[in-house]
Amino acid sequence: MPDPGLIILVALASVPLLVAAVATAPRAAGWIAAAVPALLFVGFLAAAPAPGEQALGALPWLPSLGVALAWRLDGLSLLFALLITGIGALIFLYAGAYLRGHPQIDRFFGAIALFMAAMLGAVLADDLVMLVVFWELTSLSSFLLIGFEGGRSSARRAAVQGLLVTVGGGLALLAGALLLGGIAGTYRISEIAARAAEFAAHPWAPLVVALIVVGAFAKSAQAPLHSWLPNAMAAPTPVSAYLHSATMVKLGVYLLARLNPVFGGMPLWVELLTGFGALTMVVGAVLALRETDLKRVLAYSTVVGLGTLVALIGQEDPLAATAAIAFLIVHALYKACLFLVAGIVDHETGMRDASRLRGLARAMPLTATVAALGALSMAGLPPFVGFVAKELLYEANLLAAGMLPAAALVANTVTVIAAGVVAARPFFGRPAPTPRPAHDPGFAMLAGPTLLAALGLLFGLLPGLLGRVLVEPAAAAILGRPTEAKLVLWHGFTVVFWLSVATIGAGLAGYLAWHRMQPLLAGVELFDRYGPDAQYGRALRGLQRLAAWQTRAIQSGSLRRYLALSFLALMLPVGAAMVAGDGLRWPGLDPLPLAHEVGLVALVAAGALVACLARNLITAIMGVALVGFGAGVLFLVLGAPDLAFTQFSVETLAVVLLVAVLARLPFRGTDPRSRGQRVADAGVALLTGVVGGAVLLAALAMPFDTTIPAWMGENAAPAAHGRNVVNVIIVDFRALDTLGEITVLGLAALAAYAVLRRREVRGP
Amino acid sequence: MDELLALAFGALLAGGTYLMLARTLLRVAVGLLLLSNAVNIAIFAAGRVLGRIPPLVEPGAQALAAGTANPLPQALILTAIVISFGLTAFSLVLVHAAHRAYGTVDPDALREAEPPGLPAADPAAAAAAEPPTRRPPPTPAAREAA
Amino acid sequence: MTGSLILRTSARLLLVTCVLLSVFILVRGHNEPGGGFIGGLIGALGVIVYALAHGRARTLRMLRADPKSMLGVGLLLALASGALPPLLGISPLLTHQWGDLVLGPVALPLGTTLLFDIGVYLTVAGFALAVVLPFAEE
Repeated sequence: MPDPGLIILVALASVPLLVAAVATAPRAAGWIAAAVPALLFVGFLAAAPAPGEQALGALPWLPSLGVALAWRLDGLSLLFALLITGIGALIFLYAGAYLRGHPQIDRFFGAIALFMAAMLGAVLADDLVMLVVFWELTSLSSFLLIGFEGGRSSARRAAVQGLLVTVGGGLALLAGALLLGGIAGTYRISEIAARAAEFAAHPWAPLVVALIVVGAFAKSAQAPLHSWLPNAMAAPTPVSAYLHSATMVKLGVYLLARLNPVFGGMPLWVELLTGFGALTMVVGAVLALRETDLKRVLAYSTVVGLGTLVALIGQEDPLAATAAIAFLIVHALYKACLFLVAGIVDHETGMRDASRLRGLARAMPLTATVAALGALSMAGLPPFVGFVAKELLYEANLLAAGMLPAAALVANTVTVIAAGVVAARPFFGRPAPTPRPAHDPGFAMLAGPTLLAALGLLFGLLPGLLGRVLVEPAAAAILGRPTEAKLVLWHGFTVVFWLSVATIGAGLAGYLAWHRMQPLLAGVELFDRYGPDAQYGRALRGLQRLAAWQTRAIQSGSLRRYLALSFLALMLPVGAAMVAGDGLRWPGLDPLPLAHEVGLVALVAAGALVACLARNLITAIMGVALVGFGAGVLFLVLGAPDLAFTQFSVETLAVVLLVAVLARLPFRGTDPRSRGQRVADAGVALLTGVVGGAVLLAALAMPFDTTIPAWMGENAAPAAHGRNVVNVIIVDFRALDTLGEITVLGLAALAAYAVLRRREVRGP
Repeated sequence: MDELLALAFGALLAGGTYLMLARTLLRVAVGLLLLSNAVNIAIFAAGRVLGRIPPLVEPGAQALAAGTANPLPQALILTAIVISFGLTAFSLVLVHAAHRAYGTVDPDALREAEPPGLPAADPAAAAAAEPPTRRPPPTPAAREAA
Repeated sequence: MTGSLILRTSARLLLVTCVLLSVFILVRGHNEPGGGFIGGLIGALGVIVYALAHGRARTLRMLRADPKSMLGVGLLLALASGALPPLLGISPLLTHQWGDLVLGPVALPLGTTLLFDIGVYLTVAGFALAVVLPFAEE
């Protein structure tokens, strides 16, 4: 039996191999790529624990933080793993044909394989940190997939929007996960669930719930965070089919289901999930009716489906859990099928506008058949599995109070309409002209939707099998206790049945009126102008304006401003830290300064003042000379004759050079700074001087170690044959240092030579 | 003595900063010179005033006598003085070159890299900053080579 | 031709004095205040005063060497002064060696440090001349 942890690693490791293989044989890309999820699918089947059991395991990762690569394979994660790999295999095969001849097909398969591996890691994780890491990896890889056609600005915008929303939610999730792990004392989800009662009483529990729910809602496109999902239709259709049927958007649902045993009893959890779930159902339903693009209709119906799932997870009745899992499977099957059909229509006719596509059944009979099968399951007609799920759904929602039954009715009605718009309308009626002559696609593109549609029929005929093998173990994981899931096709003439009949009737009527209703709804500008998508655009523009303002303020392009800000940024924190942290020290006067030393320091300070206040440059140079020679004499009286002589020579050279350069420039004696600028600059300068002096004073108050100078004093004469210790240090003890320094001089001379030799760079 | 050196350091630091913020590049270079002197004094102070006698070993003696100055910071400063001269000289060469190229010694006028009106702030400037989509026509030489 | 007659004459005198003084300071540096850095600067000062009086072209002719070459030779000399021991595998780079130069009754201790200091002298002087001379009047 293969180790599920190993399967994740194999999935990750297969990504570069797959890229290389696809690059080598792009024409067989689909078949090569599909082999990977197919093998993983078989691996999960082999690794599957008996129904009702679970397998746990862990690889060490960050033991010091209590974080491990811990995995859990139970009914819920097995179901997701099978959906991810199973539907993945069909979609990879399809994508090979869909993207045939695309120059970057290897990049596509690299990104989508990485995405699949990330999804597997996220749904198998039993460690919260590991879950978050893989969760964010799905966001990143979906960014690559949504933005695959990055040459189009709509794809770029959609990719960035998806990334910002889902990664932003991921940050909330990270905070929630860390808090949850901190409160529980472990990051293992399986262990946290065992302490659910303790946790519910914790004062921070509501915050944790809110953070985690925000993360899940962002990922699963709950209103008002839903607008990234329809926009993500800018991606190639195989990506939409994969991300929005079985994987990406279901990950939020998975997380809620996975954590339901922990939070399930809390009123906040129930209110958030049922409330936002119902809202999402209605919002998605209304918006779905405004669209004519096949993919966008499907996208909004996915939003409806996600709302349904979230609302079901929030309900406490065991039937709701069963209904959620059944609907999740059914939705994945028909939604993937219909997305792929929409892709076929787009690929073979060159358009996907439901209001203009007509009569395709004659040219694409196979596609039309598959579409019909998928649509019947989506609409929830017997004997398809969609009917089974819808009955359960109504049954569970009727148990709940409030607006849920009404929302479910609206959602299901619109689902029927959407199924008709996507899968019936384009195929019936008199054929309309299309940009490309319509025809059925090849085997690779038909295989996936056909198999998915057939499964919808098969499970409808054998609902008990589906219930026992897949639904029951997964529903048990949501509830945190064993449960019985009885899926049957025929309930008898119950309330639920009549609701179904009413739904289909209303849906049919809505479908027939769609071509009149859709333009009316699409004409309502309120949604476009004030909807979340517009708010997102506004927020992003605001951010850009803020960044522009901040850039103008800080990076003004003025060298003087940069300098002043640098000095302030250096000195203000240091000064504040010294004052606040009791860092001011006074070194003491030992040895006492002599009178002439005081005079020399005064001379140096006066020289600096002269240089600052000088009206013309010659006076400023005099001030500098005063400083330089004053410092030189100070060195002399403090026992440093070498320094003094070096200083004198250098000062002389510097003054000669300054005057020489000055002579070659137009004599600009006065400083054009305004009075205000001068005062501000003086403030910066004074702050710098005071803080710098204080730092030096504090440093000088530290104890001093004379070991090294003493060693040098003792060894200069005997070992280095020199009595001038300073010179011995320069040429012997620290000769390498000196070599480096004279090399700097050499480089400076070369640079100066290069600058001087360059004649007129450009005119003024 | 330490406070006195710290005072000199602070005064030179403040003066150097003030001059570096000036709107004449030559004053900026003068400020750089003051800052170099400030740093040298700081290094000197950091080695402490252990004595006022130059660190020369008496002929015949083996080690420095008591009361001599600390030789190590002196060696460091000696090279630092020459290096700071190199820095000053090079900056003066740059001032000269800047004047030759742009005809000004006002740092506020040296904005070729970041002209006023950043692209981020101004849509028109952003459009202008976009790289041209059309390539310039090939030169006669390039056409011949092709 | 720039400068007055007095300046030109005294500049020539000053050049000779400065160069001699700088060599003296260089050689005695190991035992008394002085050394390559100070020596190089003083030597360069003499040449620059000469250049102020006699112009750049004449100074360069008089020097017979480009300041940049001087600088390069100085750097190489400084490096070479300590390069032999590591090449022979005796000791790390710039570990200086000493020997006695015996001149009859006197034994003068001489070391590779002097070579190093001469290298420093040439580099510093070469640098000062390379950056200042271009600004001297023609």
